[in-house]
Amino acid sequence: MKNRIQQTFNDLQAKGEKALIPYIMAGDPSLEVTESLVLTLAEAGADLIELGVPFSDPIADGPVIQQAAERALKSGTTLKKILSTVRSLRTKTHVPLIFMAYYNTILTMGLENFCQQAVSAGVDGVIVPDVPPEESDELCQATKAAGGPVVIFLLAPTSTPPRRKDVIQRTHGFIYYVSLTGITGAQLPDLAQVKKNVQTIQKIGKKPVAVGFGIATPEQAHNVAQFADGVIIGSALVRNIAEHHQDPDFLSRIKTTTVNLKAALR
Amino acid sequence: MPTYPNQRGRFGQFGGMYVPETLMPAIHELDLIYQKIKRDKAFQLEFQTCLKNFVGRPTPLYFAERLTKTLGGAKIYLKREDLCHTGAHKINNTVGQALLTRRMKKKRVIAETGAGQHGVAVATVAAMFGLEAEIYMGTEDMERQSLNVFRMRLLGSKVTGVNAGSRTLKDAISEAMRDWTTNVATTHYLLGSVLGAHPYPMMIRDFQSVIGREARKQILAAEGRLPHCLVACVGGGSNSIGLFYPFVKDTKVKMVGVEAGGLGIESGKHAARFSGGKPGVLHGTMTYLLQDQDGQVNPTHSVSAGLDYPAVGPEHSFYHDTERIHYTSATDQEALAAFDLLSQTEGIIPALESAHAVAEVVKLAPTMKKNQILIMNLSGRGDKDVQQIAEMRGIPL
Ligand SMILES: Cc1ncc(COP(=O)(O)O)c(C=O)c1O
Repeated sequence: MKNRIQQTFNDLQAKGEKALIPYIMAGDPSLEVTESLVLTLAEAGADLIELGVPFSDPIADGPVIQQAAERALKSGTTLKKILSTVRSLRTKTHVPLIFMAYYNTILTMGLENFCQQAVSAGVDGVIVPDVPPEESDELCQATKAAGGPVVIFLLAPTSTPPRRKDVIQRTHGFIYYVSLTGITGAQLPDLAQVKKNVQTIQKIGKKPVAVGFGIATPEQAHNVAQFADGVIIGSALVRNIAEHHQDPDFLSRIKTTTVNLKAALR
Repeated sequence: MPTYPNQRGRFGQFGGMYVPETLMPAIHELDLIYQKIKRDKAFQLEFQTCLKNFVGRPTPLYFAERLTKTLGGAKIYLKREDLCHTGAHKINNTVGQALLTRRMKKKRVIAETGAGQHGVAVATVAAMFGLEAEIYMGTEDMERQSLNVFRMRLLGSKVTGVNAGSRTLKDAISEAMRDWTTNVATTHYLLGSVLGAHPYPMMIRDFQSVIGREARKQILAAEGRLPHCLVACVGGGSNSIGLFYPFVKDTKVKMVGVEAGGLGIESGKHAARFSGGKPGVLHGTMTYLLQDQDGQVNPTHSVSAGLDYPAVGPEHSFYHDTERIHYTSATDQEALAAFDLLSQTEGIIPALESAHAVAEVVKLAPTMKKNQILIMNLSGRGDKDVQQIAEMRGIPL
């Protein structure tokens, strides 16, 4: 059986659309808001949604997502509570949900336990930024035994050709291509090189490649979607949430932003 | 007896390479280059020459006669790393990695620092080798160690304050890793302790092992036999592994690592990973880590900035679980008392980090026989701490 992530990319390809993948930090400012945000994003056209699991020491993240993690931890967010939120969400939406979690947060729960609970809650994929392929055997064994979630690996501009091949072979959902040599929240670089790398990866594996880091506006999303199979919007959205979550029109504001982003990918 | 780590950077279950994909190629490149220079006679000669002429090695192994008499037990020898150029063992590693940086043809180094000793050692070699250096330091540590901040700047380095999280060493490492991720093509991350992803724990251990190799020769020359016991403080674990490693296979030599007990283990305000931690992954490596039940890293406390870190070098975790090394802790108070004791019985003002080792010697030496030998690593001198101690005692300078 195909997983929900693969199915989504296949459906989009059939329609000639590219995937919109927003990233939000679970529990920022609270898990109640996260739940309504996921529903709003899905309704407004998000094709898959990444949920950040807050960690005290997020080495791959810039200040915007670091601060979101701090706020989420302050609001009492834990991996267990995020899993409950997903369970509740699954009675309302089928949008594929992907966790972005630093290794220690899932290691502490126990990898098998985490995978079983994630599958039963309805989590489709997991991205662990501090687990490169070299260190992924235990995690992959656990996901295999539990029947999910799929492990989504990253490739970066620095990845060598053998590493690209290795990651492509391991991929069951999509490949997360990091647009730049750096951390989240940095400026989007010149797209010519990004395009070249993405196309190389697509050619080798015939697997969907989504591009993240530095994409903030519908125009940038549109430009990246000319060659990528999906675009990930992280820091820009997280900043929007941080600045406006207390506004009365907060959710409709996020909805408009999302509709505009999705329109740029059709 | 197998040697550790294995090819994948593992000391048993500990160690490894848990870093983002962007850094992995650089980690492998570093591993390859290090394998090469480890066997390269020209490099090793260059390193030894630098240690001799610039650092001032070998450092003495000093018989602390008055301390020995005062404590009334084992014969106490001090390995005088405080006499290294810049005042601590940290320089041994920075010289090694600066030479390595030159081999890799990189022009910029970055580093984290807690007490500021590693930062000063990096700023020093950067000046000596003509490298650009940027040093990350938690803003709380910048306050505690303002003298060292000024020294780094005098040496021409950029010091960047880190305001995130607990504003101490752990956050400085996170920020340095972010810089490295961004500038990996031009920059070498000159990590200061046996922490981080493979090959760092192995490489830094090798560079620091000069301490134990010298001490072994020196004690054999002075006493004609091996010591009964070695004592060193354990922050990340570089001065301790540097002294211990050349004795690891001498199974009769006991080894004691001293962590920061802060306000006491019961208080929860400490940095004793082997008393309150469990295995986890932080900053690229699997090791004992102070963390809560959800895997969030716990805040730590120690009077000494250089020991104030929630994780410990993975090789130490391995020796802890295999019981080759015994780990204990000394509280802030015990360390401060030991600081005074060593100053006043031997005329040596120790670094607050090293004072934790002295505190253990105070407990241990009297339980040993007079003909037994104890070597303590005096990892650094206390000049940097004098201001902080005066402040704690309410003495305006
Ligand atoms: C003098 C001194 N000793 C010990 C340490 C602790 O580090 P390690 O355990 O790596 O030797 C430091 C760290 O800053 C230091 O400055």
